Amino acid sequence: MSTEDVKRDPEGKEPFISGHTLGSVSHKIGDVTTLPMKKLPKFWYGGILIGITLVQLLFLAVYTLIVKGTGIWGLNVPVAWGFAIINFVWWIGIGHAGTLISAILFLFRQDWRMSIARFAEAMTLFAVVCAGLFPLLHVGRPWMVYWLFPYPNTMGMWPQFRSPLLWDVFAVSTYATVSILFWYTGLVPDLATMRAKAKDLWIKKIYHGMSLGWTGAARHWHRYEIAYLLLAGLSTPLVLSVHSIVSLDFAVSVEPGWHTTVFPPYFVAGAIFAGFAMVLTFMIPVRSIFGFKDLLTDRHLDNMCKVMLFSGLIVAYGYLMEVFFMWYSGSPFERFAEVNRFFGPYHNQYWALILCNVLVPQLLWAPKVRQNPLIIFIICQFISVGMWLERFVIVIISLHRDFLTSSWRQYAGTEWDWMMYIGTMGLFLTLVFIFIRTLPIIAIFEMRELVHKSHDDDHGHDDHQEESE
Amino acid sequence: MKSELDINPYGVVAEFSDDKQVLNAAHKAREAGYTIMEAYSPVPVHGLDEALGRKRSILPYLVLLGGLTGCIGGFFMQTWMSHIDYPWNIGGRPSFSWPAFIPVTFELTILCSALTTVIGMFSLNGLPRPHHPIFNTPNFDRSAIDHYFLCIEAKDPKYDEEEVIKFLQELGPEAVTPITDA
Repeated sequence: MSTEDVKRDPEGKEPFISGHTLGSVSHKIGDVTTLPMKKLPKFWYGGILIGITLVQLLFLAVYTLIVKGTGIWGLNVPVAWGFAIINFVWWIGIGHAGTLISAILFLFRQDWRMSIARFAEAMTLFAVVCAGLFPLLHVGRPWMVYWLFPYPNTMGMWPQFRSPLLWDVFAVSTYATVSILFWYTGLVPDLATMRAKAKDLWIKKIYHGMSLGWTGAARHWHRYEIAYLLLAGLSTPLVLSVHSIVSLDFAVSVEPGWHTTVFPPYFVAGAIFAGFAMVLTFMIPVRSIFGFKDLLTDRHLDNMCKVMLFSGLIVAYGYLMEVFFMWYSGSPFERFAEVNRFFGPYHNQYWALILCNVLVPQLLWAPKVRQNPLIIFIICQFISVGMWLERFVIVIISLHRDFLTSSWRQYAGTEWDWMMYIGTMGLFLTLVFIFIRTLPIIAIFEMRELVHKSHDDDHGHDDHQEESE
Repeated sequence: MKSELDINPYGVVAEFSDDKQVLNAAHKAREAGYTIMEAYSPVPVHGLDEALGRKRSILPYLVLLGGLTGCIGGFFMQTWMSHIDYPWNIGGRPSFSWPAFIPVTFELTILCSALTTVIGMFSLNGLPRPHHPIFNTPNFDRSAIDHYFLCIEAKDPKYDEEEVIKFLQELGPEAVTPITDA
């Protein structure tokens, strides 16, 4: 598609994709998974190679951790929450964009979401997998992790239901389950399409099994649409609750720098901010390499940038309010935490955070920037780093100097901390590239619906005449 | 292997290349008095379900029931565990501290509703089902890509293969094929 075709229309009424038929979208998207291995682009091989290499670091880090214990991490007292919590919050935040796109934008009938929903939902799942690893290993004895759940046991004890950490267990496991359900439900009609397209008998059978024998019967579609709407409706409050509850892990405590009511909304906004940055990081290369520029147009990028800018502004407002209320509280400990944040031993991290999350994203105000995929990609990297720094600032700076001066201590991640963090990135990359190869990365049936709808709009006038005749 | 005797006709399938045609065909078939039929399409076609004479699904009520179960069950689970079975005295605060039970109650409400939605939808649809006679239709693969199919089933009281074929052929299909259930 040439650049003239994707000019933004100010009224937003033009269909997001044009020049496609039901058959052409089905084949175009499905072809990526049926392509012979030899014809796959080098990008795919490069991506999965890096991913699998980095996963080895994860294996090594997890193995050593289990053998030697959490002492290999940089944790100390008072900083008992180090990289594990930073990375957990970072990953779980990245996942939020997927649910936002698939649920909230669905309820608002934003058709442009259809092109990115599947990929973003898959990213949600993979990000939750990476996130889940950290608390799982942070407990020290991961094989005892079932103790977190209320199950009848010989000790006759139950978990502490008044603790935000337990709320987190329920929030994150519900989020993981519902994300899988939502993603899989969306995949079923597409798996039927893949079954229809597959040539190899065994591949056909696998897709058929995974599609649960979907036939596309009218009564099935009817219930399917109801179920999809219900899932969207259920996921919307869920996604808002998950990061709110994560933020309560901090906000419910009386730690200076944590004890603030602005945390839940600003964590949710930060999650959307980080999530969109990650979706764009993958979408920009994928759409050019697999030739999806007609399905994932420049207008999609433009819209996503606007969401990012908006959520970024909420985050910036959150930073401002945090700082204001630390001063306004009048508490000497809060005020000290504030000064320590600006000028303390970790001031570099704080100012880098402001640069990455507040200053750089302001470039997105310019329409020219929002039309340049390369610049968007670079901005997204700043945001990803910035969101990690945000959690560093919250976790480390608040903890390392709290009430009692005698227990102040510096914190630094060890090589095992870094290895584990980079290892989860490898896991994420690997899962994303396996997904790109095996399942349709754009929801085919939704694209068909979009094509169907735009055709109906084109012919709407003729139909009316036919009916009246 | 099934013997010839076990094989019964399943119905007659008409293949259409346009959703307007299948919608029209469904309306005509109902007017002609056929009741047991099903349409297969690559996209949900609005109005098709009404044309086939179906009521709204009970799924939303099931989900409401699932949600209420999660909500009430979750709340009473926490109350029983922290207040009745093993009360803890934490700083003299009441053991029935219900506001602290709300987040988990909420999460369990969503969890049970979502599970009911998906399990309910698939089981009402009779899925997973490894084989369905409709897959015997030639070219049925295109029902998942860009073609629309209407099947008038043999169970229909008005079913007569010759007549149904003749009837469907008048509606402008790409093909009309009788299929068996094996």
